[in-house]
Amino acid sequence: MTNHWVDIKNADIVVVMGGNAAEAHPCGFKWVTEAKAHNNAKLIVVDPRFTRSAAVADYYAPIRSGSDIAFLGGVINYLLTHDKIQHEYVKKFTDATFLVSDGYRFENGLFSGYDKDKRSYDKTSWGYQKGADGFVLTDDTLQNPRCVFNLLKQHYARYTVDMVVRVTGTPKEQFLKVCEMIASTSVPDKTATFLYALGWTQHSTGTQMIRTTAMVQLLLGNIGMAGGGVNALRGHSNIQGLTDLGLLSNLLPGYLTLAGDKEQDFKAFLDKRASKPLRPGQMSFWQNYPAFHVSLMKSWYGDAATLDNDWCYEWLPKLDKLYDVLQVFEMMHQGQLNGYFAQGFNPLAAFPDKAKIGAALAKLKYLVVIDPLATETSEFWKNFGEFNDVDPAKIQTEVFRLPSGCFAEEDGSLVSSSRVLQWHYKGADAPAEARGDAEIIAGLFLKLREMYRKEGGAFPAPILNLNWPYMIPASPSPDELAREYNGKALADVTDPKDPAKVLAKTGEQLAGFAQLRNDGSTACGCWIFSGAWTQAGNLMARRDNSDPSGLGNTPNWAFAWPANRRIIYNRASCDSAGKPWDPKRKVISWDSKSQKWQGMDIPDMRPDAAPEQNVGPFIMNPEGVARLFGVDKLADGPFPEHYEPFETPLDTNPLHPGVVSNPAARVFKGDLAALGTSKDFPYIGTTYRLTEHFHFWTKHVNINAILQPEQFVEIDEELAGKKGIKSGDHVKVSSKRGHIKAVAVVTKRLKALDVDGRRVHTVGIPIHWGFKGVAKNGYIANTLTPFVGDANSQTPEFKSFLVTIEKV
Amino acid sequence: MALQSLDIKRRSATTTPPPGVRKTVELAKLIDISKCIGCKACQAACMEWNDLRDEVGTTTGVYDNPRDLNEKTWTLMRYAEVEPERGKLEWLIRKDGCMHCADPGCLKACPAPGAVIQYSNGIVDFHEENCIGCGYCVTGCPFNIPRLSREDSKVYKCTLCSDRVAAGLEPACVKTCPTGAILFGTKEDMLHHAAGRVTDLKSRGFAKAGIYDPQGVGGTHVLYVLQHADKPDLYCGLPSDPSIGPMVSLWKGAVKPLTSLAFGMIAAGAFFHYVIKGPNRVSEEIEKELEP
Repeated sequence: MTNHWVDIKNADIVVVMGGNAAEAHPCGFKWVTEAKAHNNAKLIVVDPRFTRSAAVADYYAPIRSGSDIAFLGGVINYLLTHDKIQHEYVKKFTDATFLVSDGYRFENGLFSGYDKDKRSYDKTSWGYQKGADGFVLTDDTLQNPRCVFNLLKQHYARYTVDMVVRVTGTPKEQFLKVCEMIASTSVPDKTATFLYALGWTQHSTGTQMIRTTAMVQLLLGNIGMAGGGVNALRGHSNIQGLTDLGLLSNLLPGYLTLAGDKEQDFKAFLDKRASKPLRPGQMSFWQNYPAFHVSLMKSWYGDAATLDNDWCYEWLPKLDKLYDVLQVFEMMHQGQLNGYFAQGFNPLAAFPDKAKIGAALAKLKYLVVIDPLATETSEFWKNFGEFNDVDPAKIQTEVFRLPSGCFAEEDGSLVSSSRVLQWHYKGADAPAEARGDAEIIAGLFLKLREMYRKEGGAFPAPILNLNWPYMIPASPSPDELAREYNGKALADVTDPKDPAKVLAKTGEQLAGFAQLRNDGSTACGCWIFSGAWTQAGNLMARRDNSDPSGLGNTPNWAFAWPANRRIIYNRASCDSAGKPWDPKRKVISWDSKSQKWQGMDIPDMRPDAAPEQNVGPFIMNPEGVARLFGVDKLADGPFPEHYEPFETPLDTNPLHPGVVSNPAARVFKGDLAALGTSKDFPYIGTTYRLTEHFHFWTKHVNINAILQPEQFVEIDEELAGKKGIKSGDHVKVSSKRGHIKAVAVVTKRLKALDVDGRRVHTVGIPIHWGFKGVAKNGYIANTLTPFVGDANSQTPEFKSFLVTIEKV
Repeated sequence: MALQSLDIKRRSATTTPPPGVRKTVELAKLIDISKCIGCKACQAACMEWNDLRDEVGTTTGVYDNPRDLNEKTWTLMRYAEVEPERGKLEWLIRKDGCMHCADPGCLKACPAPGAVIQYSNGIVDFHEENCIGCGYCVTGCPFNIPRLSREDSKVYKCTLCSDRVAAGLEPACVKTCPTGAILFGTKEDMLHHAAGRVTDLKSRGFAKAGIYDPQGVGGTHVLYVLQHADKPDLYCGLPSDPSIGPMVSLWKGAVKPLTSLAFGMIAAGAFFHYVIKGPNRVSEEIEKELEP
């Protein structure tokens, strides 16, 4: 979240789209009810289904799954043509005035630079025009046809109301009503917040859907404001912490990135990431990248990391390609992997195309499952009748099950969607021989290190030299790990402005990432978490909920990254002169007396940067402003474009029939063959969660099983009538990849939509069942879903595919 | 005194007058249907607090699970998909359970002394140890709430967590509700809060929003805020004008003085018979017959 849970209460308009907050985040959703009760807010829900969120909405509009960019692109067009944008904000705080390279083009559904064979773009033309001084050229009059603002207008001019209605199936008046309600927040003293979740992420265009929303919010001037922002409601407890700590194949902790295999030179690696400002006087905060990177390497390798060996750069893996989960299972399926560790992950249930996942696991020599529960993955080799019809005699994979504790059985911090690291204490010991995850990994590491020591190996240095400073090596404590990610001084850290002043003495915990150095004098396991456990102790354990501003900011409750900042980009809540756009929502402001930024939140700005210095509020961008034009940051284009899901009920893309689906999305050859067409599979399948269950866990819990015992699918009354299906009947739902059977729930909450001249029905498929647990056994819903991923995040397209349904 | 904090106001099949020295306030639970997202956390909390575990059932084509109230399910979300205005769908989700009537039909109907208790705070509680399993309370309830157990032939229903309330806590469902759709406090406060909610709902286009506190049962200690107070039936058949059934009313209402009178007349007749005719004497013939 750019903002935080409690801040939702400050919004005038709450838009729930690409998610179902009431269903999946019922506790956080209380802040929506607070906004309605105490701020007279209006709740808008846009969703293919009339959801639990819609049940309490002021306005609901249906949309065809997978057409969100068409909808939001239409919103952008509406805002521009109705002049419902916050001009001053757009001009000063976005790249609207920036001039784009002459080579940049968008024609017939493709951006310039497309390579059909590689299914990827050469992005060199997706840049700005630069002057001799190296800075980007701008046109403050917005007259130049190559300025971002005019290219934006041109790009979304195609998203007319008629086109939106044709693509999304949203009735015209409902689309316009939503536009009008959202547009009402273009004035400085009104804000809208967007709450989304996996309903956007899980598309082959998911990242761009989210980006379109960010653009809408920038045009409205809603970023950085209390009650505004683009707010990702994370789909899994502590999944925010997972990405923060870099548990993705191409990341290091704190969103630092691994090198590609062409980046063998350390200096070039750092230079590329330590971006220089693109406009005069901008902070371009990533210039500190070397300090973050070197401190990380000092944390990992201690004394072994020196200036002379480039801080162990050569020990870091260099990627020849991405190793996202789709890639890994593709390789496993091709027999290129020997072993796999599934820790807190149930891929057989949670990943697309169950048949492929099962076949891939069967090609492994060994599989290690670290989990508190007996997962489907750990018994993928066992026959469970129609739910898992495999022949164990033909599967040679050796499976090791290491029982772990669960979150309530250990101390530690969880990072919420609000970026708040909150410390918790264990409620009970783990049962029987279960061990904590850190203990299990430590045990494996120590054993491996011993083997490397004794037997050698291809590349022992990174293992043998890993810093392992824990009191009990076989069981690193949560406190030790937390102090490590906060970081400490390895030598006295002094003030660059006054070298006589010592900021942190040798051995002390650092106060925050501002104290990190690139000379090896500091160690820090995750720079964005720096400040969480300082010399003052564990700030994550703070429980002071006082709220001096009344805006729900509670600065002394736990710790928010970065730097305990609760609303990021909060400099943008003030105008160019440093005065809040809306005095009611004063987050920070420029205090001319003290010549500092001050307020209820930690300013997202150099504290002494006076407004007349024109330091832009988006300090992480070398532009200093936010990007309406995404330059080369995303794989599939600088402006979001609507592409159809890989399995589309339309067989075409009304915007450009020549390019139907995302030309840069993650898809493997073999999986293209497993895609169905609307002729055989005429209905949209979409998977989702129910509030009664949590993923594939709670079917192991008696109460949850009582509350929602058995697998079902939802269909509209019209389709039910056509197929002779009544509520309670058993039905079979099939895709090109397999079938499931379930009970039918015939409901008014799903309605057929008229899309591009066709009548389109949606089959809703809750995911929670499987063949382990105390609920009624069922099929794995992901038997149906396609092995296709987003172009940027590689997240599978669970939300939009094709199925057919029949009564059994 | 059952518990220091719970004064008994009425007790089934008992004529002993209740204690009247202490002044206690009437409490109420307010269920604001316009804020309810149907998450069933209240159901889970009810199961947890009261140590109830129903069977893992089946899905019958609706979200309602378990399918109905029973001795192990004292509260239940009921989901109604309705279109009060053509084309404008509403998903009305009502938490069903005991309404804790001021004039409880169950208590009136109950012939077992002390099986149904009404506390002065308004809670109507079943004391199962006194229950004889006759099921009269089931007939007596205008909301179809009490359920006779197949296991022990006793009747169970929501206690409004009388044990928690006695200790100054809110009912478990109230504590757990994530959106604040369930509130608990004095009935006066709840009515005041509900009035504010009704004003808000009216401003959002629900012209007929209102409070459900049916007077046919003397008002209730579970109140609803309804978007469509003119049509309670939309909410999975919430009765629009509930009252105690005619048989129970007759049995404990109009007929009761007559039966009392009849009992009195019989007693008086016997007395006068004694005064006038003296004690009954058994004739010698009969006495002989009775001897073995």
